Amino acid sequence: MGSIALLGFGEGGWGTSIAGGILVTVSLALATLPVGLLIGFFVALGKQAEEPSIRLAANMYTTIFRGLPELLTLFLVYFGAQIGIQKLGVMLGYAGTIEINSFLAGMFAMGAVFSSYASEVFLSAFRAIPRGQYEGGYAIGLSYGQTMWKVILPQLIRVALPGLSNLWMILLKDTALVSAIGLADILRQTGVAARVTKHTFLFYGTACLIYLVLAILSSFVIGAIEKRTKASGVRR
Amino acid sequence: MTESFLNARTAVVARPPAPPKRWTKARIIGHLLVAVWAALIIGIILDLYFAWDIVLIQTYGPKYWQGLVTTLTIVFSGILFGAVLSIPVAFGRMSKNRIASGIAYAYVYFFRGTPLIAQVFLMYYGISEFRTEVEAIGLWWFFREAWYCGFLAFALNTAAYQAEILRGAIQSVPLGQWEGAASLGISKFVTFRKVILPQALIVALRPYGNEVILMIKGSAIVALITVYDLMGYTKLAYSRTFDFQAYLWAAIIYLLLVEVLRHIWDWMERRITRHLIR
Repeated sequence: MGSIALLGFGEGGWGTSIAGGILVTVSLALATLPVGLLIGFFVALGKQAEEPSIRLAANMYTTIFRGLPELLTLFLVYFGAQIGIQKLGVMLGYAGTIEINSFLAGMFAMGAVFSSYASEVFLSAFRAIPRGQYEGGYAIGLSYGQTMWKVILPQLIRVALPGLSNLWMILLKDTALVSAIGLADILRQTGVAARVTKHTFLFYGTACLIYLVLAILSSFVIGAIEKRTKASGVRR
Repeated sequence: MTESFLNARTAVVARPPAPPKRWTKARIIGHLLVAVWAALIIGIILDLYFAWDIVLIQTYGPKYWQGLVTTLTIVFSGILFGAVLSIPVAFGRMSKNRIASGIAYAYVYFFRGTPLIAQVFLMYYGISEFRTEVEAIGLWWFFREAWYCGFLAFALNTAAYQAEILRGAIQSVPLGQWEGAASLGISKFVTFRKVILPQALIVALRPYGNEVILMIKGSAIVALITVYDLMGYTKLAYSRTFDFQAYLWAAIIYLLLVEVLRHIWDWMERRITRHLIR
């Protein structure tokens, strides 16, 4: 059987299952992105708060999730949540076994890692925005929230975009780890195909190429977004 | 004068500003968040205390130590090998030769664009598809061992990242430094070694530190190809005991390792940039 047929969608081809894996990988990364961005933004706000206790809490968050290996974070979330919920179930009088959705566990673990890195990107972007922007907002009577939303955020995104697009690439690659907790992503599906057909190099090589293509595609999208945000900025 | 005196008496006396609110909203939120963290940490410590089982510690303690040694060996040998390999790649990237820069670019793009875990699998499981060919050239002893495959994948991966760090650092040194050395009649090689490299390494120190930390964290992946590093023994301990403290101990060790490295790097950076502080 030729390698084209093995990768194809026909009889004996693994194309369909690999395509399903691509769908899982992409949807996991896309589902993690907004969660990670939101948490990362608030952690960055916490890191530059005047209140020392908020700063401490935010710094602990990044120290922990940037210091742990991503794989270990994933296992901690996956097994830890399972045990925790099980205990909670017993406490509430439910004795059956509870299975944690590996997609959700992956989303939480990847979101925690992504957000701790994103908070650093947002923090340095915050520092690039002059104080006068806030003062100008307050001077024309905008509240804190309005200043943040209408004045600071649009500029923040423009400054933070290169760092965030880097993080997106890392996130896309990190999602490959969820194959270790049994989620049928690209690496898992190609791994199954490799084991069944014994064409290991062909299938793992294909997995690598798929990730490369995804990276190239996202660099096109990021380029388009960058162009749009630049267009609304001041020309210097 | 009397008028102003009267006015002063009837005018509203300006009060001193109110003392700052002791419990602002931010302060309450901050204390709550810290309390959540503290509760979590105390919970973990209590959990470890009540789950303390001397047999378990005696069985798996030495294994964790062994695993830690394996992790550090694989990371540091990988980084050293990668550093050597990164030099030609970095110069290839900077080369004016189209072919050399093209090959170096493709190398860097491949290893930075694909997940490390996929590269490790490709190296360990993938090469075995060509077992007869590899045996024919007498390299099977190398690709048979998971440890060697993990090491090679790490070295190739970090070489790509280190090449980019090196290139960025070298290119960050202004061109005038080259020209100045050339006008003194210093050869290109000596200029590079004595003028450019010392300045480039200051720029490169921080990214190098990040790369070391990323490699330590990434090395947990070799546990998936049956290497018994720290993560490998952790998985083993958990699969045998179903005791969650296996993962908690691993998390503590990894966190300590990364924090110690981070502080060493901060210290190195402070020391190496002493002459720049005014």
